[in-house]
Amino acid sequence: MATYQLNVNGERRELNVDPSTPLLWVLREDLKMTGTKFGCGISACGACTVHLAGVATRSCIVPISHVGDRSIVTIEGIGQDTVGRAVQHAWVETDVVQCGYCQSGQIMAAVALLKQTPKPTEKNIEESMGGNLCRCGTYPRIREAIRTAAAQITKGGA
Amino acid sequence: MPSIRAALLVPAIVAAVGMSTGSRSAETETPSTAQGLAAWEQVYSVLTHPRCINCHTATNYPQQGDDRRRHVANVVRGPEGKGVPGLNCAGCHQESNADSTGVPGGHNWHLAPLSMRWQDINDRPLSSAAVCRALTDRSKNNNLDGPGLLKHNEEEPLVKWAWAPGRRPDGSTRTLPPMTHEEFVAATRRWVKAGTPCPTNK
Repeated sequence: MATYQLNVNGERRELNVDPSTPLLWVLREDLKMTGTKFGCGISACGACTVHLAGVATRSCIVPISHVGDRSIVTIEGIGQDTVGRAVQHAWVETDVVQCGYCQSGQIMAAVALLKQTPKPTEKNIEESMGGNLCRCGTYPRIREAIRTAAAQITKGGA
Repeated sequence: MPSIRAALLVPAIVAAVGMSTGSRSAETETPSTAQGLAAWEQVYSVLTHPRCINCHTATNYPQQGDDRRRHVANVVRGPEGKGVPGLNCAGCHQESNADSTGVPGGHNWHLAPLSMRWQDINDRPLSSAAVCRALTDRSKNNNLDGPGLLKHNEEEPLVKWAWAPGRRPDGSTRTLPPMTHEEFVAATRRWVKAGTPCPTNK
């Protein structure tokens, strides 16, 4: 066991956990932040995506010992950000969600895309979102919501 | 007794000096082209090992595993070889190996540029001659001369990672290149000293 000081959604959190514990389980089990989902556990589906220092990161395979002092943003905190808020609004407006299980990861990946590429092409969307799986097949609505959010962001409405 | 001890010691000292001198001369002498080519084949055997060639692809994606399969999660190369926003290499590959989850890591994890591809688009390794030509072409290799190539092979963190690649998700250790890093550097040094000769076939 070891003690870690984490910055989660702008708040300092201290906890004592095994260094090998994946960040996902620290968030869900220790911090009781269950918005981030367990999907495959091998970084193949994207359901567990969070932002580590702004980089979309698969939290299921990152041991807590590797996080360091990098800021962590989860789906619970993404709405504090203008791009994150725009994406959330677009998601609701487009009625993207079906079962919803993968959607927190989808939103975190979409926000990472739009922060670096405010006007994404179809190829940009396909490549950036291609690693986030949705068993309900909501991909067309995800694309539409990203386009909607991008339009809102670029016209300054975010 | 003293004379016997002297008789035993003198040849030993002479032999030791001789070995030392031979070793020093091997380090200072310029290897022949044939010796350089032999050293290059050793270097090539490392470059085409999965730990190295998996990130020297000709395609839009990296590979993984000893079977050099396409990387999971639809990972793509991206404009700088570091993936794309939302799916960057660094989104999984941290600064060091994560042995508890089986994900390899190292500083600045990324794909080699397409100019340093060592495979064809069907994922078959290029010939020794083709890799050698690319590696010594300063318009393709980030303008590295011989000493620059040696420094790269000796010090680049991702090159050195190949000899400390960590554990797979099942806990087993990843396979290593066919020689030690020290042997790889020594072979590179011999090749460089010989003037970075390349095989002349295709």
